[in-house]
Amino acid sequence: MKKLVNDPKNVVNEAVAGFGAAHADLVRVSADPIFIVRKDAPVAGKVGIVSGGGSGHEPMHGGFVGPGMLDAAVPGPVFTSPTPDPILAATKAVDGGAGVLHIVKNYTGDVLNFETAADLAAADGVEVRSVLVNDDVAVKDSLYTAGRRGVAGTVLVEKIAGAAADRGDDLESVALVAERVIGQVRSMGVALTPCVVPHAGQPSFTLAEDEIEIGIGIHGEPGRERIKLEPADAIVDRLLGPILDDIPFVAGDKVLLLVNGMGGTPQVELYIVFRRAAEVLAERGIEVTRTLVGNFTTSLEMQGMSITVLKLDDELTTLWDAPVQTAALRWGR
Amino acid sequence: MKLGATWAKAWIRNSAGVMSEHRIELIDLDREIGDGDHGENMDRGFQAVLAKLDAVPAEARPGDVLKMVATTLISTVGGAAGPLYGTAFLKAAISIADETDLDGAALVTLLTAARDGIVLRGKAESGDKTMVDAWTPAVDAAGAAHAAGADDLAILRAAADAAEAGALATEPLVARKGRASYLGERAIGHRDPGAQSSALLLRAAADTAAEA
Repeated sequence: MKKLVNDPKNVVNEAVAGFGAAHADLVRVSADPIFIVRKDAPVAGKVGIVSGGGSGHEPMHGGFVGPGMLDAAVPGPVFTSPTPDPILAATKAVDGGAGVLHIVKNYTGDVLNFETAADLAAADGVEVRSVLVNDDVAVKDSLYTAGRRGVAGTVLVEKIAGAAADRGDDLESVALVAERVIGQVRSMGVALTPCVVPHAGQPSFTLAEDEIEIGIGIHGEPGRERIKLEPADAIVDRLLGPILDDIPFVAGDKVLLLVNGMGGTPQVELYIVFRRAAEVLAERGIEVTRTLVGNFTTSLEMQGMSITVLKLDDELTTLWDAPVQTAALRWGR
Repeated sequence: MKLGATWAKAWIRNSAGVMSEHRIELIDLDREIGDGDHGENMDRGFQAVLAKLDAVPAEARPGDVLKMVATTLISTVGGAAGPLYGTAFLKAAISIADETDLDGAALVTLLTAARDGIVLRGKAESGDKTMVDAWTPAVDAAGAAHAAGADDLAILRAAADAAEAGALATEPLVARKGRASYLGERAIGHRDPGAQSSALLLRAAADTAAEA
C-alpha cells in the first residue's frame, strides 16, 4: 500500500501543522495537546462549539473550524478518539463566557473521552452541554448495541449549530437546535474498497474484487450486508430505502440531500449517485430544497459514499443558508 | 506482610511489564471484534505510567500511587479504555485515600470502587461482554474470601482467578456495549479484550503480593 506519509507515527501532527499553515487566515493550531481553533477564539459572549474524534475523516472536523461553524476541532490519532486533555484544552480555548457545546459522534471511545473532558471543564467552571450524533440507519438502535453511529450527518449538525451560536443563541438554545437536527437527519453508506490505517499498514477489512459492503461505517466497521457489485442506481436505492423509511420522510417534506464521498470516489460518480437519489426523492413527493455533494466525512482512501437526508423547516433552512467561512465550507461572506 | 505504597508501586510496575508482554495478544483479540488498538493503547498508557512511577514521593500512600495511574491513563490511553481504566483507578484511589497499609477490607473496598467506576463511566451491566464481566466476579470473589477470613494474598488470588474465569466466560456472549456490539451474533466465540486486560491487571496484583 502506497501512502504519502513520513513516519506513520507523525501522520496526525504533520497533517495538523500543514492544515494550520494552509489556513492561517482562518485557524490557529496547538501542537501539544493537538487541537485547532478559529483564529479569533474565544469570541466573547458567543457559545463555543467543539467537535472532534479520530483522524482520517478529513475535512471533518478541522475543515469546519471558522466563523459560522466550529470554534474548535480536536483530532485524535487515526480512527481513535482524542483523550480528554486536548478536548479540555480546546474547550477552555473557545469559552467566551457563554458556555461550550460538544458535538460528539456516537462511538464509545468518543463519548467517554468527551464526557470525561466535560466533567473536568465543569470542575474548572466552564459550562458544557453535549449532543450525540447518531444518524447511521445501518446500525440497529436498541438496548443491545452501543447505538447508532455518527456519520456524515454530523457535518449538517455542526453547520446549523454553528449558525445558531453565531446569531447569538444561548447554550441551551444552541443545544436544542443541534438536537433537532439530530432528530431529523438520517444517513447510510456503502464501501467498494477498504481503507488502510497508516500505522497498521494493512486493510482494516477485505472485500473481494466484485463485492461491496452495504451500511459501512466510517472506520470500515461492518454494515448490514455484503453483496455483489451492482449498478449505481440499484446501490442508491438500497441506501435510500432504509433512510427514508426510518423517520419516515413523507410526501411534502422539504429536505437537504447530501451525497458524501468516502475519500476514494471520484466526483463524477458522486453526481451519478446524486442524480438517482434526487430522482427517488422526487418520485416520493419529497422536495430537495438544499444540496451538498463532495468529500466531507471520509474514511481515508476508501472508495464508497454515503447518502444523508435532513428534513428541513424554515428555521433550519435559514441557519443552513447563514454565512460560513471554513476551509471546507464557505459561503455568504 | 503489609500491602502499602511499595506494593502499589510494584503492582503497577509489574502491570506495565504484563501489558507490554501481552500487547500483541490484546491487539489480536481486539482486531477480531473491535478496532485492533487495545494492546497498543494499554501498552502506551502503562509505559507513560512507568515513566512517572519513580517520581512518586517516598511518603506517598497507595491511594496517591493509584491517583497518578488514573490521571496518566486518562491522558495517554485514548479510545474507550482510557476513561474506563482512568475512572476505575481514580475511584479506587479515592476509596482508600486515607489508608497507609491495605488490609483485606481495604482491598475489597478498592476493588469494589474500581468496578463501580467502570460501571458508572461505561454503563455496562454483567453479561454485556465488557470489562465488567471480569471485574464483578473478581469483586464478588474477593468479598467472599475476605468474609471467610482469607489473608490479603488469598483475597487478591481469588479476585484474579475469578477475573480470568470471567474473561473466558465472555467468549460465548453477544456484545451489547462498545464497538463489538455492531457485530451482533458475529461477536460470539471471541473473548472481550477489555475483560482480558482486566484479568491481566488483577493477576499482576496477586503475583506482586506473592513476591512481597
